[in-house]
Amino acid sequence: MRGVRVLNYVWVVMLISGFIVGMFSGRMEEVTKAAFDSTGKAVELAIGLLGIICLWTGLMKIAEKSGLVKGLAKILLPLLKLLFPDIPDKHPALGAVVMNLTANFLGLGNAATPLGIKAMEEMQKLNRFRRKANRSMSMFIILNTSAVQLIPATIIAVRASAKSHSPGDIIGPIWIASICSCLAGIAAVKLFCSKKDGR
Amino acid sequence: MDILGNISVYAVPIVFITILASGLSKGEKVFDVFLEGSKQGISTIIRIIPPLVGLMVAISVFRASGALDLIIYAVSPVMKFIGIPPEVLPLALLRPISGSASLAMTTDIIKAYGADSLIGRIASTMMGSTETTFYTLTIYFGAISIRDTGFTIIAALIADFVSVAASVWICTVLFA
Repeated sequence: MRGVRVLNYVWVVMLISGFIVGMFSGRMEEVTKAAFDSTGKAVELAIGLLGIICLWTGLMKIAEKSGLVKGLAKILLPLLKLLFPDIPDKHPALGAVVMNLTANFLGLGNAATPLGIKAMEEMQKLNRFRRKANRSMSMFIILNTSAVQLIPATIIAVRASAKSHSPGDIIGPIWIASICSCLAGIAAVKLFCSKKDGR
Repeated sequence: MDILGNISVYAVPIVFITILASGLSKGEKVFDVFLEGSKQGISTIIRIIPPLVGLMVAISVFRASGALDLIIYAVSPVMKFIGIPPEVLPLALLRPISGSASLAMTTDIIKAYGADSLIGRIASTMMGSTETTFYTLTIYFGAISIRDTGFTIIAALIADFVSVAASVWICTVLFA
């Protein structure tokens, strides 16, 4: 949930330009009120998410402990071999990649990150150029950033706390949109990243 | 398109049943394991409060002052031409940069237009269909000190753009 450096600028620009526009439009009182009201709203949002996040992390712990994650990873493995032709069979990189992607699919953010770092380290061992990303790494990153999530719990919680009549009705649309985005990302990597980049 | 509605309705119960059944079949103390996992949820939420406060203040100042309306007004001819509602542009720009900023923006959009409005649903779909691209790039490439990321960023941004376009398209088809 942390941002990157750009966020420092975005944050300052939003605040300063907001206050300046507020001065010129004569809405200074509303702006100040909005600023203080929103602190309460931020906490309300977090509290509103608390229940579903607890429910979900609890449920996913069961999935993890019962071996469901490993089982799902086994099913996904043949598919992933197609996407990572440069990683040799039985190489530990493939195992780490598939576990990370499965954890992501189930929304296990905390478990996914260390697995992802492990996957990158294993792929680095196969890398011809130490400082340059190879196409397996690019593919892995794309699958992470555009990954399909089975149940997008956070956004359902936000919608539920905003009194939506059907907070979960965006699950299907989210699957479709992320499958489209994932396919586009895979196609882009396949087109742009050449084999001569090394495996 | 009824299938999609059914997926949305049945996805959650099916996931529940599958997970509980697999827990039972492995002889796990299902409820104890659940509690163990739930506790992690609390610390996750506590951790997002400070960034949410900071970002929601900035976003609400930006909206209440009229600055956001100015931007929406300025970009709307171009956005209408591409077919993306100008109201969701700020979210599309924030989504790859920061998870908490886009969560704050989504909440703000949902408050302004309603969770079950078309704009609210497009924003929800955009929020749910990608990850925080630059954060992912930073931690994973950073972990093994890769300097030259090649085409990865471009490919990732293509995927992000497609997610925005697909969110607008699928929600318009289903809910408009």
